[in-house]
Amino acid sequence: MNTVYVLWIREIKKYFRSKSRIIGALGQPILFLIAFGYGFQSIFKRAGGGNYIEFLAPGIILMSVLFTGVFSGINLIWDREFGFLKETMAAPVSRFSIILGKTLGGATVALIQGIIVFLLTLIIGFKITNYWLLPIAFIFVFLVSLLFTSLGTTIASMLEDMQGFQLIINFLVMPIFFLSGALFPLTGLPKALKIVARIDPLTYGIDGLRHALIAVHNFSYMVDFLVLFILSIIILSVGTYVFERIQV
Amino acid sequence: MDKEENIIKVSNLTKNFKDFVAVNDISFEVKRGEIFAFLGPNGAGKSTTIKIITTLATPTSGKIEINGHDPLKNKDQTRKSFGIVFQDPSLDDDLTAYENMALHASLYGLPKNIAKSRIQELLEFVELWERRNSFVKTFSGGMKRRLEIARGLLHHPKILFLDEPTIGLDPQTRNHVWSYVKDINEKENMTVFLTTHYMDEAERVADRIAIMDHGKIIATGSSDVLKKKTNTTSLEDAFLALTGKDIREEEASSKDLLRAHRNRFGRR
Ligand SMILES: Nc1ncnc2c1ncn2[C@@H]1O[C@H](COP(=O)(O)OP(=O)(O)OP(=O)(O)O)[C@@H](O)[C@H]1O
Ligand SMILES: [Mg+2]
Repeated sequence: MNTVYVLWIREIKKYFRSKSRIIGALGQPILFLIAFGYGFQSIFKRAGGGNYIEFLAPGIILMSVLFTGVFSGINLIWDREFGFLKETMAAPVSRFSIILGKTLGGATVALIQGIIVFLLTLIIGFKITNYWLLPIAFIFVFLVSLLFTSLGTTIASMLEDMQGFQLIINFLVMPIFFLSGALFPLTGLPKALKIVARIDPLTYGIDGLRHALIAVHNFSYMVDFLVLFILSIIILSVGTYVFERIQV
Repeated sequence: MDKEENIIKVSNLTKNFKDFVAVNDISFEVKRGEIFAFLGPNGAGKSTTIKIITTLATPTSGKIEINGHDPLKNKDQTRKSFGIVFQDPSLDDDLTAYENMALHASLYGLPKNIAKSRIQELLEFVELWERRNSFVKTFSGGMKRRLEIARGLLHHPKILFLDEPTIGLDPQTRNHVWSYVKDINEKENMTVFLTTHYMDEAERVADRIAIMDHGKIIATGSSDVLKKKTNTTSLEDAFLALTGKDIREEEASSKDLLRAHRNRFGRR
């Protein structure tokens, strides 16, 4: 347990020490929020969708969580490339506690990033329907953080270098984002796209978050929760399996 | 446990990287409380052997026993038995010297009070106490190495692996480090397994020496035995007599190049 804690703290310390990382990771969501939010506002309203910024905000919050989470896998690649991984691998601690500490650390960072974007959306004019549901919103942001940090760490455990990681991430993260319901409602989509969106795990995070923040949803809280939770556990187990076999 | 018992037993250990044989069917033992040195030209397979013994790499074949445990089957017990200073850098540059030490203490389960006093003792010992709150990325190569040694000595394991610990250190510090190592070796009967390219160090500290070349152990014995065997007067001459005079050509992997680059120019 102590191992999990010290590795968790390490990730968080490193995050707060790199100001460029924090600021850099905020640029994209702000851009999306302003360009899409204001750009599609009137069309969305005319089509009877209501306020687009309100619809978009949960999607953008989770976009930043998705990116931060998956990219935290890079920390593992740095650790391997520059040797610190050997220090943890030679220590008399279980591999599971190492990967769990790292993943929880990365997930916490993604969660913090999501909260910062959430605060930004409030400044831009995002209005929440019911403040009492914020704890539920928080749970969904955390689950999405956990899921995609696990994914990033697992992929990083399988790869030796940065280039491979960048490549896979780009082929994975962009579709996950664009094919989820982050930018558009799932109702009235062509059949094929609807199926893809239902396979995309981010869809369930966005659905749960939208449900809590603006009371719009396609699935129940339970379905959203279970999909994210079970998938996180599966990916984390695969990650542990792969991580245990790393040779340094 | 028996004092005469062999704490490290390796038999017929082989490690292949694709079709290259890095470690070729070696066998040796190290006694409890002994200081054992592995000498050999670049690329002989010293570090690879250490990585396998310390559970960081898997052997192609062979049998190993560390403090009564099999590093393949019983990784956790094996890891509890040793401490290691790696040949390559292994610090976290984004943490301070103190944080690197404290993290190590937690990973090895050192009680808080012992950790605190020992961290101070060791940082003072390697003359980094004043710099304890500086980020490691601001350290010189020698300072980083000193920190790694201090970290390796933090928990007193049954076996201490030191893979070229004194690389890049000035003579004063090297002396200092070896006296300290000899001291805990005597006081706590800690077994020490070291590699070095400095023959004088090996001659001074090691009870027994194994000379390795091209993945094979070609001679074992005390420094005197090796000198006698080769009819030479210094360990260096004995070493050259056994391993020949030509320089080993090493194909540096991309990772090595990256590391070298990083060592020279600092990280990122
Ligand atoms: N991961 C790897 N993949 C392929 N070859 C490797 C790998 N690690 C080591 N080798 C090769 O195995 C051989 C032995 O390397 P090793 O690092 O054990 O040598 P060494 O005796 O420690 O040398 P040095 O004194 O230079 O540290 C070398 O030829 C090296 O290139
Ligand atoms: Mg070596």
